[in-house]
Amino acid sequence: MLVTTTKGDMDDSLLEKREGTVDNDNETTTWVEYWLDGELVHRSAHVTLKKTVTLASSVASF
Amino acid sequence: MANTQSMCTSFMSQLMLGEHQLGAATLVSRTSLTAPTTDTLKAALYLTTATVNAATTAYSASNEVSGTGYVAGGVTVTNATAPTSTNTSATAGVAFFTPSASIVYTSVTLATAFDAVLLYNSTQSNKAISVHTFGSQTITAGTFTLTMPANTTAAALIRLATT
Repeated sequence: MLVTTTKGDMDDSLLEKREGTVDNDNETTTWVEYWLDGELVHRSAHVTLKKTVTLASSVASF
Repeated sequence: MANTQSMCTSFMSQLMLGEHQLGAATLVSRTSLTAPTTDTLKAALYLTTATVNAATTAYSASNEVSGTGYVAGGVTVTNATAPTSTNTSATAGVAFFTPSASIVYTSVTLATAFDAVLLYNSTQSNKAISVHTFGSQTITAGTFTLTMPANTTAAALIRLATT
């Protein structure tokens, strides 16, 4: 599989792949990195938002 | 300084003034008196050193991310689903809205850490809608994707609820 990197498209077999996930109340995030000889050449991240922002409304009583 | 997740306070009064029209609108108003006018929403990313929060009133390029492939102002938000409202009881209800697709920044390099996205209305003078925060990120020759929560009464990105 070709990976877009800072050095152009490269076959992933030439690269070291690192992945991670963060899961908390606010988000689920996954990220993937590709390294070449100790240099980060690609990093993508995917954040799934979990928290809503809410406007609470009310009406006054007479 | 820090970014804080919140609905923008100015957005609340602007809703009452009818200044925002989200989703697949059918209302004929404002810029056209003969055809529906759906506003264009955009999403801009902000550095961890920025201060975007409830007090943010409009998009600003100050402390916005910059880098290869990123255009100032961010990307257009897919805005195809109209807001929904439903009554949860005789005295309570919820209106809610969620962009209808993920927000994607493709082929970018964003070397300085960022942790917030500002949703704003580019049709209406870039007026701010809401700020959403996440863990600090950088992107290198890659793609940053923000997937929306489910568009439901409990989980939608933006909710107006009676108390």
